[in-house]
Amino acid sequence: MANLEFYIKQTITYQVTVMVLRHVKEFFETFGDIAYRFCQVMKYLIKLQINIKQVTEQASRFAVDSLPITLSIVSMTAIILAMQIAPEMVKQGGKDYIGLLVALTMVREVGVIMSGFAIISMIGSSQASELATMRVTDQIDAMKVLKVSPFQYLFLPRVLAGFIMMPFVVIIASTFGIIAGGITAMFSAKDVTWLSYVTSVWQGLYIRDINIMLLKSACFGGAISLISSSCGYDAKGGAKGVGIATTKAVVWSFVAIVIIDCIFAVSFYF
Amino acid sequence: MSIKVQNLTKEFDGKKVLDNISFSVEEGEILSIVGFSGSGKSTILKLLCGLLQPDSGVINIEAGDVAMVFQYSALFDSLNVFDNISFALQERKEFKGKYTKEQIKQIVAKSLNTVGLSGIEDKYPHELSGGMQKRVSLARAIVTQPQFILYDEPTAGLDPVASTVIENYILRLRSETKATSIVVTHQMSTITRCSDKVIMLYDGHIVFRGTPKDLLKQDNPYTKQFVSAEIEGPMKITAEGF
Repeated sequence: MANLEFYIKQTITYQVTVMVLRHVKEFFETFGDIAYRFCQVMKYLIKLQINIKQVTEQASRFAVDSLPITLSIVSMTAIILAMQIAPEMVKQGGKDYIGLLVALTMVREVGVIMSGFAIISMIGSSQASELATMRVTDQIDAMKVLKVSPFQYLFLPRVLAGFIMMPFVVIIASTFGIIAGGITAMFSAKDVTWLSYVTSVWQGLYIRDINIMLLKSACFGGAISLISSSCGYDAKGGAKGVGIATTKAVVWSFVAIVIIDCIFAVSFYF
Repeated sequence: MSIKVQNLTKEFDGKKVLDNISFSVEEGEILSIVGFSGSGKSTILKLLCGLLQPDSGVINIEAGDVAMVFQYSALFDSLNVFDNISFALQERKEFKGKYTKEQIKQIVAKSLNTVGLSGIEDKYPHELSGGMQKRVSLARAIVTQPQFILYDEPTAGLDPVASTVIENYILRLRSETKATSIVVTHQMSTITRCSDKVIMLYDGHIVFRGTPKDLLKQDNPYTKQFVSAEIEGPMKITAEGF
């Protein structure tokens, strides 16, 4: 009997099943933890127990630190996009729609999602590793013993900073992207002028799109900070634990913003 | 202001780290908890200060503030010494608005003076030596005038002189604040110099309780092995540690 149990445990099917079940369990545990911490953050937000100094500091980090990389990534994406579509559009007689296409792509999708990816790698990973280090060096326990809630002192300022600052970052990055796309289109296709590009941009952009972009980016910012902080907060062990927590924060944040993006697309454009 | 612990049990992953532990510490006393690594000493402190919840048993701490000095100081590395010490006064709900900035400065200066570190308010933890970090940690613990102070291996990683300095501050804080204290330690000098009572843990149970003098008598096989640092004895090396 013992031998049979031993052989069953050696089979690939058994091992894969155990691994899958373990991952499913971990998924629901992480999801539950994030949901619980979101409720805690909301509790302190509703009570207006907000540490303004911390929010300001985190907002400054969120916006200033992430801006160079976000601008670079979004602008480069717009340049690549314009470089590829401008000649084709001119060939097809659609030179007056190049600006519209670049602007819509930037505002509705690429500007926000690429900014999200840049901010996850720049700010999310930093927040996760910061909290993870605090966890493994007992700083979070020390905070609890001093009777200061980590949700109020660490989570709320970060989530609020992400929610407030992400739209600013995205709007600046998208504007730069549209400008970069226009300059590229002028150089890569004949007959495209700055005036025709800008006119085309204004024809295609609606306030509704910009409002949706701002709301979506605010949700992205809040979600990135919440997930990153939560993953960091759960870190165990030493340096390896910090690494695992940071990786988990990045992966979960990527998945979360894609899901939020889908929800927005279905809600507003489907 | 006493601490009474009755039938305390705590399990981690199915292993009983503490099994039906009972002890008490009277007001102003210093109790040392000793034992080999993995015997559940730090778990007791975490249970006492509310970082962990017991599986069963009762912890009765008379109304009062509990402070803890962590093994590796646990200073907030993004804050300077002033902000570390004044953290509770600035961020804790019950203290918010209670003190003016000037009063907080005075309280911090007094706390630093108590641990012999005046004038380092602007330094960051990474600029301090291990001993200094421990003393700042002590200053942070006493700033709220706690009735109970828990020390988790306060002399770990320090040289003998720095250890003696920390031991002196533990005694000084007891005489100045009248706080009831529990010290988790491996160090014999801390046990003999600072403690009024000692308990020894092994395999989740208390295997010795008495005074530091009783510990040194070595008439208990567990204390004999501990004091004489013998490998052979009733305490066996396991996969989890000793």
